[in-house]
Amino acid sequence: MNPPFPIPARRTFTAKTVTLAHGGGGSAMRDLIDDVFLSAFSGAGRAAPEDQARFDLAALAARGDRLAFTTDSFVVDPLVFPGGDIGKLAVCGTVNDLAVGGAVPVALSCAVIIEEGLAVELLRRVVGSMAQTARAAGVSISTGDTKVVARGACDKLFITTTGIGVVRAGLDVGIAKARPGDVLLVNGLLGDHGAAILNARGDLALDTTIESDCAPLNGLIDTLIAAAPGIRMMRDATRGGVAAVVNELAEASAVGVRLSELAMPMRPEVQGFCEILGLDPLYLANEGKILAVVPANEADQALAALRAHPLGREAAAIGTVTAERPGRVTMETRFGGERIVDMLVGDQLPRIC
Amino acid sequence: MRFVDEFRDPALAKTLVTEIEAISARLERGRDRPFAIMEVCGGHTHAIFRYGLEGLLPDLVEFVHGPGCPVCVLPMGRVDDCVAIAERDEVIFATFGDAMRVPGSKKSLLQAKAEGADVRMVYSPLDALTLAKRNPGRQVVFFGLGFETTMPSTALTVLRAAREGVQNFSLFCNHITIIPTLRALLSQADFGIDGFIGPGHVSMVIGTEPYRFIADEFAKPLVVAGFEPIDLLQSLLMVLRQIEAGEARIENQYARVVPTQGNPAALKAVHEVYEPRPTFEWRGLGSIAGSGVCLRAPYAAFDAEKRFSVPDVKVADPAQCRCGAVLTGAAKPWACPEFGTGCTPETPLGALMVSSEGACAAYYQYGGLRGEAA
Repeated sequence: MNPPFPIPARRTFTAKTVTLAHGGGGSAMRDLIDDVFLSAFSGAGRAAPEDQARFDLAALAARGDRLAFTTDSFVVDPLVFPGGDIGKLAVCGTVNDLAVGGAVPVALSCAVIIEEGLAVELLRRVVGSMAQTARAAGVSISTGDTKVVARGACDKLFITTTGIGVVRAGLDVGIAKARPGDVLLVNGLLGDHGAAILNARGDLALDTTIESDCAPLNGLIDTLIAAAPGIRMMRDATRGGVAAVVNELAEASAVGVRLSELAMPMRPEVQGFCEILGLDPLYLANEGKILAVVPANEADQALAALRAHPLGREAAAIGTVTAERPGRVTMETRFGGERIVDMLVGDQLPRIC
Repeated sequence: MRFVDEFRDPALAKTLVTEIEAISARLERGRDRPFAIMEVCGGHTHAIFRYGLEGLLPDLVEFVHGPGCPVCVLPMGRVDDCVAIAERDEVIFATFGDAMRVPGSKKSLLQAKAEGADVRMVYSPLDALTLAKRNPGRQVVFFGLGFETTMPSTALTVLRAAREGVQNFSLFCNHITIIPTLRALLSQADFGIDGFIGPGHVSMVIGTEPYRFIADEFAKPLVVAGFEPIDLLQSLLMVLRQIEAGEARIENQYARVVPTQGNPAALKAVHEVYEPRPTFEWRGLGSIAGSGVCLRAPYAAFDAEKRFSVPDVKVADPAQCRCGAVLTGAAKPWACPEFGTGCTPETPLGALMVSSEGACAAYYQYGGLRGEAA
């Protein structure tokens, strides 16, 4: 009789860089997935390695009455920046997209495309921060995929996360639900992420300490919904900034929105950054900020609830919904002038002079 | 924010607006059209819209948005030349960000980049020189663009390249100068401008003397202004006070930055490196004598126009464009039949829709609230 062949419970991945072999479907790939991804994502109990995650429908149905489903891809450069990295961003982005729909986020997928030559240490860092952020947000990363592509076929690392969540019974928020008289709230300082990323690219040589605001907002949104059950709409103000969300809102709800420049909470560093580069902070991306529209009679309690949360201390009411000029967003400038706030065509480009 | 908030103080703005209202009420008698005050500089146009200044002014005063946006007035043929240079295999084409989207007759630099040209956005011409040193096997071309504001920095970069013997750096020079263009505008018979807000950054380099002919020969007031809303309101008030007193002088509201004699060191570098071209074409305005500069003979080795053959084809502005009329104050942007329909920031037909400093783009983006109401 042959002696029993010992199969190690988990194989350690020792390569320093990812190569095309790690995407080939063989043992090199299994080792990468096992040691870098599964060990970080699965925690104590490890399920059998099936091709799909499975959920108990009754348990989901007990938490709400609709399923929310969303996806987002992340291609940020640099991969690591002050205040976070692409992994944290990939979890926060999808968690927040679920939460702003009134859903309790349940589970995420994680699909990565890796350019050959990526340092394994960097990959571990990114995956570690995905796991840590998911734990903080109370979601599991339940399924995933890994591809390795030749140098030049992608830029270091792309991540796609898809998420499911359960929408609270009876809650129906939406971009078309704003009504004249409603109040527009934001949970804190605007523009930090956009400024941090531009600065982290390093070609501006500006000496600032601006950090990305990247954070999962589902906890904050729980308190907001509890304080303002009549809440109309929530959106995270990511690409395109506050200006993009408010314009979408004005168009979809067929209302006007009047913003107040003086009420916009902003760090002096971000203001200075924009002054130097000729950028408008209303268009800078955020990764930890929501815009919420609440009825006027719930605005005070909603604002108080936001401010009582660690991610909402600088929350402010930044505008009101009006019946005038449907589809238009205007802003009262700091001395009573008025201007239109439109969407951008493309990226903001620094001006010549 | 220090040194910024002071110049955006609402209480001070209110005081200035009250004074502007008072003076315009006194001037109103016997007046059948508004006073047209041209802000020459695109940076001023941007600030006027960003802070909603037009809405604060009495009906008797209106801003006319002048030709001082270097991105807007760049002719399409020159953009085609940029693209032709950028598409050469050996070239790294370095440019300021907002020049990337300017449409040529076939494509913009942004499109050329997407199709494989090596186009890099830089924040200073010195960054382009650094690129050249780091890539000795490539030809690095910097897209020199702008008025006297940006001329010293490109001149100093050329001087440094010459001093350090950097062989693979050159400048595609599209620098323009505002004075001949102001003279050309003022010489038009139907030029209905009553006074000028003078450019701040250009004046920081050239000083205030070069504007003297505007007062002496054409009897129009000009006030060199800063870029904050309080600067602009105060400068407008200064222009109106001259009009009320029947005077025409050159004044300097931006004295905290602009010395009367300009910046001698910057001017020395500019004169060392550049000389006037016989004529240069402006999008929307046509060819204007002496309004462009090129590299002088001793620096010809750094002239991208000499190093690479460029198509140098003149591309006419679309016939339906009314940019010229808008630039001279003869028409408002929304009076153009293409405004907001055939011509938008996504697909600009005319010069003034190209950059956020162009009058039409500014109206489109920041709101001709007056225009909408009209």
